[in-house]
Amino acid sequence: MVDVDALATCAANSACLVNQATSGLIIGMLLFLVASGLTLIFGVLNIINFAHGSFYMLGAYFAFTAYVATQNYFIAAICGAIGAGICGVIFERFIISRVYGQNVLMQLLVCYAFILILDDIVKIVWGAEYLAMGIPAEFRLPPLRLFGGYIPPLYLFLIISAVVIGFSALFLITKTRFGKIVRAIAENPSMTAALGIRVPLYLAALFALGCALAGIAGALAAPVRSLTPGMGLGILVESFIVTVIGGMGSIPGAFVAALILGLTRSIGSVGFPLFVDGAMFLMMALVLIFKPTGLLGGGGVKR
Amino acid sequence: MSHTKETKTKNMSLNRRSFVKGLGVATVAGVSGFPMILKASTGPIKIGVTTINSGRVAILGETAIAGMKMVTDEVNAAGGIDGRMLEIVVRDSKGKPDEAARMNREMVNNEGCDILLNAEASGASFAVNETARDIKKFCIHSVSETSSLTADPKNRVDWVFRCARQGIHDAVGGGIYAAKIAQQKGLKKWGTCSPDYAYGRANTAEFMEYVKLFAENVELATETWPKIFQPDYTENITALLNNRPDALYTCLWGGDLVAFIDQASLYGLFDQFESFAVNLGDYPIVTAVKQLPKGINGASRYHKDVPDTQANEDWYKKFRSRNKALPTNWSWANDSAMRFIVAALKETGGDTDYKRLAKATAGRTIESPFGADGTLTIRGEDHTLVNYMVAYGKTVSQEPYLEKITKTDWKDIYVHEADWKKRNNYA
Repeated sequence: MVDVDALATCAANSACLVNQATSGLIIGMLLFLVASGLTLIFGVLNIINFAHGSFYMLGAYFAFTAYVATQNYFIAAICGAIGAGICGVIFERFIISRVYGQNVLMQLLVCYAFILILDDIVKIVWGAEYLAMGIPAEFRLPPLRLFGGYIPPLYLFLIISAVVIGFSALFLITKTRFGKIVRAIAENPSMTAALGIRVPLYLAALFALGCALAGIAGALAAPVRSLTPGMGLGILVESFIVTVIGGMGSIPGAFVAALILGLTRSIGSVGFPLFVDGAMFLMMALVLIFKPTGLLGGGGVKR
Repeated sequence: MSHTKETKTKNMSLNRRSFVKGLGVATVAGVSGFPMILKASTGPIKIGVTTINSGRVAILGETAIAGMKMVTDEVNAAGGIDGRMLEIVVRDSKGKPDEAARMNREMVNNEGCDILLNAEASGASFAVNETARDIKKFCIHSVSETSSLTADPKNRVDWVFRCARQGIHDAVGGGIYAAKIAQQKGLKKWGTCSPDYAYGRANTAEFMEYVKLFAENVELATETWPKIFQPDYTENITALLNNRPDALYTCLWGGDLVAFIDQASLYGLFDQFESFAVNLGDYPIVTAVKQLPKGINGASRYHKDVPDTQANEDWYKKFRSRNKALPTNWSWANDSAMRFIVAALKETGGDTDYKRLAKATAGRTIESPFGADGTLTIRGEDHTLVNYMVAYGKTVSQEPYLEKITKTDWKDIYVHEADWKKRNNYA
């Protein structure tokens, strides 16, 4: 099952190492962005947002529309994040907040219904056809060459952006007043409310932040991922694997897990191409058996 | 007074007798299904359609239905089939085999559908095939391209047909085309990148088999199998780059193919390999890829210039005038499937009996804008469509998106298909 020769050949070849490392980083870092939103929402609200992939899809579609209007990728990415964040607030206030504290099955049903409704709305608004933003003009450059390997400039930008955005979210949660209040809500919502803090407002803001992270991942990836109704489902499964491996509620955990997953996919495509998905799920199973809280998880938002 | 009472009693007695008689007649008629017969012979002819109408492949259902409606609207505007209108009943199975089977049963049993038009991808098509066998309803598959659906005698049902492309036909056509280029350019090391499920595996194996058959010294150097609907293909692209094949074949399709081309372009992959993509030549794909690389060899799924006839051009214009979506391979296949149904119904005088419709369809040839010589035929011996356009061309970034079209002669396809059937014990 494992092609040791292929792995050894790749390890001895600098071009292959660069290609596979870039590949692992780009897969991992976009996953990190999506998963960090998922883990953030779980850490504070104790809600498993099964509809998280839909916000990734919305971010991509909002960005597409903004890009068509402005021809500016950076404005499009910001619009994608804001649009997904606003939709996140609406979803939190009018739908998911109704099942806070209820069992997981009820949350799952509500989220699944929302996914189906949203997919149909996207189909009505943007059509069922495949949409593609195309590579922004500033990134239509030949790939950079490093030790014989290829690094597309757009991917370099995406990797750096994902790391900066993901860790900015971590900074927001751990080092700011907003973060302190949110963490207080996670610990004891009744006591936090008793101190005169408008808990629902903060919960909505946190949900918006989580959804905006998914949205900006969709928006940033829009130039290279075709837009179709239902596109959020694929990324959702991998985001869950990242969240479980990294630890529910831990942004650093999501980072480490996304990196591991990206590199597993990348190395797996060379050494065990028939077992790449199997390897990811196997890792998840092992983590669940030996460290159910995840690599860096411990319940609640990681401080 | 007594007379009046007698008369009244007689009248009442008559009324009672009439009532009892009437009840008897009504009961017999009801039991014998007379009202249904009456309704069936005057009401619309209902055609049950299950398809994928939501999610990532919603475009399949949307453009397939658009194709069939072009025909039903035309027939209904001309007075229907002996005065009976055609009515399409559509259900969204989301491509799930169990749902497709259940929905087809319900459409027949609860909604009175007389005919099934199965616009499902391969997975669900096999389920619908067995449902049609079981409930004995005339059925045409109009999307599935998996060869064994009609080629394998085990799957064959006397009253079920296919009006869609077939993998083996495209494989022979693609193999002949690619082998010629392989010999001209010395392409020996080949790589493949196809979706990891039954269609992707079978299609890729068939294509490579024929490239090897028609060109010398071709070897399959590397394979990579992304999952269907995988969002990121970087790992597959870098795996291909590391192995440096001379040529690449992919049967990725739909949005997956769009994403693959965009991502591969970032690595300049199409500048490094001669590439062949069997599912590239469909309008929603070539228009979705914003910077379509020049020179990819793409099969024509549907193109207004393939064949380059006035009839095809007119059909394209009519489709565009009626629909927001661009026409796809599924549009012409479903337009044609509905035309075969209409032709059969005309021959049976509107009778929807499955045996009579089957007899009227097997071996039938219709005039069509999509035929290689202006006609399409559903072959009698294996109930599958032949004589449609099988062609490859090279991409250009603007309209017409494909140029230098090379058509495959059906004589070649028939010869190699017969051989393939023998090897697989299908003949």
